[in-house]
Amino acid sequence: MRKKLLTLSLVFGLLVCCLCFAGCAGGDTLTLNVYNWGEYISDGSEGTFDTVKEFEKWYEETYNQKVKVNYTTFASNEDMYSKLSSGAVSYDVVIPSDYMIARMSAENMLQPLNFDNIPNYEHIYEEFKGLYYDPENLYTVPYAYGIIGVIYNANVVDAEDAGNWDLLWNEKYAEKILQFNNSRDAFGMAMYKKGLDVNTADQSVWDAAYEELITQRPLVYSYVMDEIYNMMESGEASVGAYYAGDYFTMKNAQAEDVDLQFYYPDNTNYYIDAMCIPTCCQNKELAERFINFMLSEEAAIANAEYTYYASPNQLVYTNEGYIENMGEDAMEILYRNADGFREAYNKNAYRNLPAETLSYINTLWETVKIN
Amino acid sequence: MKISSKIYTTLIFVFLFAPIVVLLVFSFNEAKSLSVFSTFSFKWYEELFNDRNTLESVKNTLILATVATVISTVMGTAAAVGIHRIRRHWYRTLINTVTNIPMINPDIITGISMMLVFVFVGRLWGASNSLNFWTMLIAHVTFCLPYVIFQVLPKLQQMERDMVEAAMDLGCTPFRAFFKVTMPEILPGVITGAIMAFTLSLDDFVISYFTTGNDFQTLPIRIYGMTKKTVTPKMYALATIIFFVTMALLLLSNFVDNEDNRRLRDKRKQLKKKK
Repeated sequence: MRKKLLTLSLVFGLLVCCLCFAGCAGGDTLTLNVYNWGEYISDGSEGTFDTVKEFEKWYEETYNQKVKVNYTTFASNEDMYSKLSSGAVSYDVVIPSDYMIARMSAENMLQPLNFDNIPNYEHIYEEFKGLYYDPENLYTVPYAYGIIGVIYNANVVDAEDAGNWDLLWNEKYAEKILQFNNSRDAFGMAMYKKGLDVNTADQSVWDAAYEELITQRPLVYSYVMDEIYNMMESGEASVGAYYAGDYFTMKNAQAEDVDLQFYYPDNTNYYIDAMCIPTCCQNKELAERFINFMLSEEAAIANAEYTYYASPNQLVYTNEGYIENMGEDAMEILYRNADGFREAYNKNAYRNLPAETLSYINTLWETVKIN
Repeated sequence: MKISSKIYTTLIFVFLFAPIVVLLVFSFNEAKSLSVFSTFSFKWYEELFNDRNTLESVKNTLILATVATVISTVMGTAAAVGIHRIRRHWYRTLINTVTNIPMINPDIITGISMMLVFVFVGRLWGASNSLNFWTMLIAHVTFCLPYVIFQVLPKLQQMERDMVEAAMDLGCTPFRAFFKVTMPEILPGVITGAIMAFTLSLDDFVISYFTTGNDFQTLPIRIYGMTKKTVTPKMYALATIIFFVTMALLLLSNFVDNEDNRRLRDKRKQLKKKK
């Protein structure tokens, strides 16, 4: 009898907990689930603008309605994709990169936006609208964009060697060169160097790029992703390719005897991350208002200053305070040919490749790494 | 010989603790870099305590670990008592093996299979979010359970059965006998089990990664999300704090063990004297 009572009370307790939790979550507070890259929003650290908190405050003041933003982060487009496509959780706003957006819209995972709720969309430059991943401007609002360039330590590398992709293949700097530790980017560098099409399905072109990577192999100090920060800052390595915005993060933390410099080779990778609303969204209007808030002057500038990535928003690009904070040099590097963006982007950005090609590249990549 | 063995020990300790020392030292670095130590400062600790999102994920991690520990300790102890009472040898071995599966199974398999179950059940219910705090809790209890059982079972085996029987002879109900006699005897095992469950739940990344929902992010998952850009030094500060907390728990668990061993020794001595 006693045992039964105990079991019953345990079950009852658990049920009460569940109900309470469900009740707390419901109530009159709306929830908005945002899924973004890590360290990709101004979060109030070091006295900056706390985007999420400000949105909650702004929303309550404007619509007299409490909102709780659940802000979670992912480390790669693929992580985000697998979480979303498992159907296990619903998100209201996600911020993936261009090629992933193309894939998601092809798989009907995105909802068309109602731009009446996103009036700030007019501040986005025309150059960033109607790109291949969203030709009719139905699903996306660009958040930030970046360009890959070459970072080098001017105390080690001679100025005349810099200027193009050959620096990453220069034997003078053997064992001081860093290469991307993911197949797409590593092959991309080799293909830009040789002027090949990075989106081809032709296997012989990938074979040619593979030869380049094999030639480069003995010169490479390490294949890296975010380890590049410490290796370049400390002078452990002297040459590497990475995103322009991240160059400034490294430059700000470089050791005393290191002088990091940056340049763009002729052909290089462009990418855009854009905000979109997946089909599993629970409150579309709220999500659109969040996107609109992200485009507002204060939030957009704070985010651009925090992430050091270029913003497609003219409220940011033309803001005097922002230009002053970033400095002339940074503006020039970050916003390289902002006017001719569409052309360069269409020519060089990665597209989603057929599965067959992807698996072929991965096989080649494995051999590069093993050799 | 003696010198070489000393060198060996020193080397082992250097390899074990150098990373932690580096982390500790650079958490007090004024600059953001890992290569230059500019000046000593508490800047990153200050930053850490102003970072709402990170603190939220620390809070989440602690809530999850605490609840998972309480549940798995209660269930684990009850299960151990049950397993201990099983008479048939083959049956006991069978149950033991089955309960150990979550411990031996690679985390990634446990993680994926749990996710699949949750999604499946969620679909049946027609829920838009199959994963949330509760699914994570279930997953954590699952992998903590065998560790508790593992700690409590030997304690039960060390205990003399006669004592419980004597208590019941003298009029205790089985229920009361358990709390009056068995519980004090196995308590060290229960505590060690609980501490292990807590640290395991605190540490876990793989299983949490697969079972986390959209509103509850634990610390390991948050740090992993940072790796595309760079992990900020405030994480070194946080890691330093966590290291010392874990260390304290470890010391506590060792202390409990030692006390228990001493008690057992004393008891044996007394018994011998009486004989």
